Amino acid sequence: MSETPLIDARGLVKRFGDFTAVDHLDVQVQPGEAFGFLGPNGAGKTSTMRMIACVSQRDGGALSVLGMDPATEGSAIRARLGVVPQDDTLDLELTVRDNVLIYGRYFGLSRAETRRRADELLEFVQLTDRRDDRVDALSGGMRRRLTIARSLVNQPELVLLDEPTTGLDPQARHLVWERLYRLKRSGATLVLTTHYMDEAEQLCDRLVIMDGGRIVAEGSPRALIDRHSTRDVVELRFADEHAQHAALARLEQVGERREVLPDRVLVYTADGDADVERLTSDGPHPESLLVRRSTLEDVFLTLTGRSLEE
Amino acid sequence: MSAPLALRVVEHEAQVFKRFWRGTLFGYVLNPLLYLAALGFGLGSLITENQGEVAGLPYVEFVAPGLMAAAAMQAAAADSLWPVMAGMKWIRWYHGMVATPLRPRDVYTGSVAWTAMRAGLGATVFLVVAALLGAIPSAWGVLAIPSAALTAAGFAAMLAAYAATQEVDLRFPLIMRLGILPLFLVSGTFFPIDQLPGWLQVCAWASPLWHGVELCRASTTGMLEAVDLAHLAFLVGFLWVGWLWGIRSFDARLTA
Ligand SMILES: Nc1ncnc2c1ncn2[C@@H]1O[C@H](COP(=O)(O)OP(=O)(O)OP(=O)(O)O)[C@@H](O)[C@H]1O
Ligand SMILES: [Mg+2]
Repeated sequence: MSETPLIDARGLVKRFGDFTAVDHLDVQVQPGEAFGFLGPNGAGKTSTMRMIACVSQRDGGALSVLGMDPATEGSAIRARLGVVPQDDTLDLELTVRDNVLIYGRYFGLSRAETRRRADELLEFVQLTDRRDDRVDALSGGMRRRLTIARSLVNQPELVLLDEPTTGLDPQARHLVWERLYRLKRSGATLVLTTHYMDEAEQLCDRLVIMDGGRIVAEGSPRALIDRHSTRDVVELRFADEHAQHAALARLEQVGERREVLPDRVLVYTADGDADVERLTSDGPHPESLLVRRSTLEDVFLTLTGRSLEE
Repeated sequence: MSAPLALRVVEHEAQVFKRFWRGTLFGYVLNPLLYLAALGFGLGSLITENQGEVAGLPYVEFVAPGLMAAAAMQAAAADSLWPVMAGMKWIRWYHGMVATPLRPRDVYTGSVAWTAMRAGLGATVFLVVAALLGAIPSAWGVLAIPSAALTAAGFAAMLAAYAATQEVDLRFPLIMRLGILPLFLVSGTFFPIDQLPGWLQVCAWASPLWHGVELCRASTTGMLEAVDLAHLAFLVGFLWVGWLWGIRSFDARLTA
């Protein structure tokens, strides 16, 4: 590596009682990168983000953020971070604008400077017309946007976003993506978690998929799809279980891998169209049939399983 | 570094306070008016008729500084239990604070300092109202303001430290009823503690409110003596112990 990583975690561990939420995690994030944590509920994403944000102590391993150790220099690190936590921590009693203003003061900014930045940031997330409303009166999505605006008041080098767009409508989501993209272009490093695969594909240069506190895959979205899935997926639905069962033997002969679900069969294949042609010429008659490109979601489900984990 | 960082938390509290200061101020004025009218003058006239002075003072002059210190304690208690739970769990603005250069101990120290400042403001209003009603014979009475604020700081430090260890507010009403209220009654607020049975007198010595009451009373009556340094030392010690606990409990809670 030519550059020193902004985040360097080696063997990072977080425990809650006997339970290990983050289990010897190794992660490096380079300056200017947009890096994503994906994983099912309870995978340990938030626990990891909180340790990086220096608001949660690690129970093992080494961690360096911006070249410093959170255990001893948390305050100095946090001064240069922007944090969007999974659960909002806004001041409901204060107005939208006052929330940003007071946050600037926490960072030791002058009142005049904070005012200037607050107006700019509220414009940035399109909340200018709500600036004098109490946060109490905002919708969930507006609060989320305010949290994002607030996190940028110190012009952070590294922005940590834990599910930044959960609960946003599509317009707001695209707005946030566009803003994050701009932020990245201006040189900031982004680390985010998300449950939206399209978000990860859009925003992340590189990501890891976590499960049970460990990393199960790492790479660019494209590389992950290439490595863990086929180019195409054929989805076939049948009239009933009987028909589906009858078709399985024939389906064994196409594609690289099949996945049988209660309501459909997925065929992972390098060339979906060719397979469909072969299948429809002789063979099973599915009720519906769809050929599509593999997505990150296929990788995610393949690696972390389809069932809900306890 | 610690003091300036905690000041940023004070600034936050002041910002919130700006939104409802009118109601608070109204309460600050009403509280001494009601208490002094009922106890100082109502009950006081009975006492004067039957017994004359209490501890060498007209009753209203005796009870006013007691009520002043007790009001500071009660305000501090109310400000340090539920609001801390709200900051930690219900609304979670503390978590927003500790994502900045502020540390848990700054959040704690700033909150306690603000509670003391508010209590000081309440004590100032109390003193003015009481003086207008003729219950403050000495100009040394201004020293009762920092005395009340220090009493409040001690209780705020202790109770906020405790609140940070709790997951729910189940025990808070008990603390108010079985802790704060009894202290209010037996800490020399309404009558000298030598009227109490022996064992309760010993309890009163251990009560931080008693030391606060004594300090306030010595100030408003202008009878400060060497022993008041001991009261001062006790209150400082009480605050210090609470603070040592609080920086730990806030740290444990906010960095889990
Ligand atoms: N304060 C806590 N006390 C006890 N257990 C916790 C605590 N915080 C998290 N955990 C546990 O640690 C595990 C990882 O939680 P974490 O919040 O990091 O998951 P996540 O990947 O962010 O999940 P989600 O997608 O649902 O946000 C979970 O099993 C959770 O129950
Ligand atoms: Mg999470």
